[in-house]
Amino acid sequence: MAKLDIPDNLWTKCSKCNAAIFNKDLEANLKVCPKCNYHFKLSAAERIAYTVDEGTFEEFDPALEPKDFLGFVDTEPYSKRINSAKLKAGTKEAIITGKGTIGTLPAAMGIMDFSYMGGSMGSVVGEKVTRIIEYAIDHKLPVIIVSSSGGARMQEGIMSLMQMAKTSAALGRLREYHLPYISIMTDPTTGGTSASYAMLGDINLAEPGALICFAGPRVIEQTIRQKLPPGFQRAEYLQQHGMVDKVVHRKDMRDILIKTLEFFKG
Amino acid sequence: MAKEEIKKNLMGFEKPLEELYKKIEHLNKVSSSGKMDFKEEIKMVEKRIEASRRDIFSQLTPIQTTQVARHISRPTTLDYINYIFQDFVELHGDRNFADDLAMVGGFAKLDGLPCMVIGHQKGMNTKENLYRNFGMAHPEGYRKALRLMRLADRFNRPIITFIDTPGAYPGIGAEERGQAEAVAKNLRAMAELSVPFIAIVTGEGGSGGALGIGMGNKVLMLEFSIYSVISPEGCASILFRDASRAAEAAKNMKITAKDLLELGVIDDIIKEPLGGAHQDAEQTAKNIKAGILKHLEGLKNLSSRELIADRYNKYRKMGIFAEVAELADAHDSKS
Repeated sequence: MAKLDIPDNLWTKCSKCNAAIFNKDLEANLKVCPKCNYHFKLSAAERIAYTVDEGTFEEFDPALEPKDFLGFVDTEPYSKRINSAKLKAGTKEAIITGKGTIGTLPAAMGIMDFSYMGGSMGSVVGEKVTRIIEYAIDHKLPVIIVSSSGGARMQEGIMSLMQMAKTSAALGRLREYHLPYISIMTDPTTGGTSASYAMLGDINLAEPGALICFAGPRVIEQTIRQKLPPGFQRAEYLQQHGMVDKVVHRKDMRDILIKTLEFFKG
Repeated sequence: MAKEEIKKNLMGFEKPLEELYKKIEHLNKVSSSGKMDFKEEIKMVEKRIEASRRDIFSQLTPIQTTQVARHISRPTTLDYINYIFQDFVELHGDRNFADDLAMVGGFAKLDGLPCMVIGHQKGMNTKENLYRNFGMAHPEGYRKALRLMRLADRFNRPIITFIDTPGAYPGIGAEERGQAEAVAKNLRAMAELSVPFIAIVTGEGGSGGALGIGMGNKVLMLEFSIYSVISPEGCASILFRDASRAAEAAKNMKITAKDLLELGVIDDIIKEPLGGAHQDAEQTAKNIKAGILKHLEGLKNLSSRELIADRYNKYRKMGIFAEVAELADAHDSKS
């Protein structure tokens, strides 16, 4: 039958409203559903392309790679997970750091990638975040970190927890040097990531609908044994409760960042 | 709870001791009836209990250590404060929302030296635990701790914290009031404290809720305490989708004092009495006090600036990864 013979890779189903969206339209709309405004997760590369002035991004510390120092085995060894994550995400870790300009204003940046092991924070993420903050101090630059992370990486045990201490201490130093830090929380920003650098922005921005929390909804439901209110722990809820400065639609993010950087410009 | 009852409050892996305790009970009964004296026999059984316990505790698995760390009769922060310090004055509230009963703090003297002491507070029975929310603090608990730390900082008093929590509380109010922000702010602020700061994990070091008062210049752990990024059960239910595999998760994550000393995450291990801290709270407190004094001594000659640098460098070094230069041999970086 000569009916709609459209290859699957031409369109994407919205995970929220189930609308079928042509990939071309989705990309033209910065990967936001034109029907329901659902913000699809972005890879670090896409985020950089949508945010940073073209051709200005320079990556730092690409040589850092995770190590299975605990010999951690769950349903498969961590060493194996590291390899498959690399193939799946096309990056060597759950964050890319570097510098670039936004509206010609320079900034040091970290962009997390959820497709690499759920954006989990282990030693490499913590180290790269800390190094980019230290670079910003040395070069008097503002810092922007885009979070997208399920929290600390269990496969690195306590060392993942210690990354919370390391990154937060570095942000303390940045403050002493009177340099600004803009945190952008995207879906999801939870656990050890939200309880360290993600929540410490001088300006906390969030994408619409993003899940932002300390403990995930399932853990809370199991603990308190009651249904959670609608919209609980979503970006808009956090703005309502005073934890986020502004929920910003993806199409406006670059503009808001430029205005923010202008405010801070020395 | 009476000392005798605590001794008999056995954990699963102490089962081999049950028969011996029963024997003592029996001998005591007969002795007290006045017909015969079994003092010598009782002493012998007690020796056997001790030997058997020594044997059991010399080879605890990580999940068994977890059971000791969570023992209902394990001494709490307020017990230790009362044994170790004098003139404790508890201070309440975060000056914003409420007083969190799962977190206690105040000033006290350590052999005459005024200190700020802060810690998670658990209960020793269900009623107390409900009152203390099982040692799981809300944001106001972390904010109270921060207020007290900053007070100590301004008046140049050392800070001693006692860590014993399953984690920061996961609930609606906690999220509404910014649990993540409260913990995060504490981490940033602890790095900037200009006074000696010693943190002691006395029971459960549960993730961010533990670290939220734990960024000492020195971090000590009681011998059978645990410190982990997530509870063994939580880890197992996420990675294995089966909470009953907690023993495996506990082993994998490396959560015991010995493992964490080897990883360089903690600085010292404090010995516990045979059978765990609950067998002799006073002796445990003495050991903790010796540990505090020893490590305060090492910090007392550091200037404010040096104390901040010492703490920053301590956490700056945490992390194990590889730095693989393009076209070069792998160079492992471990610190």
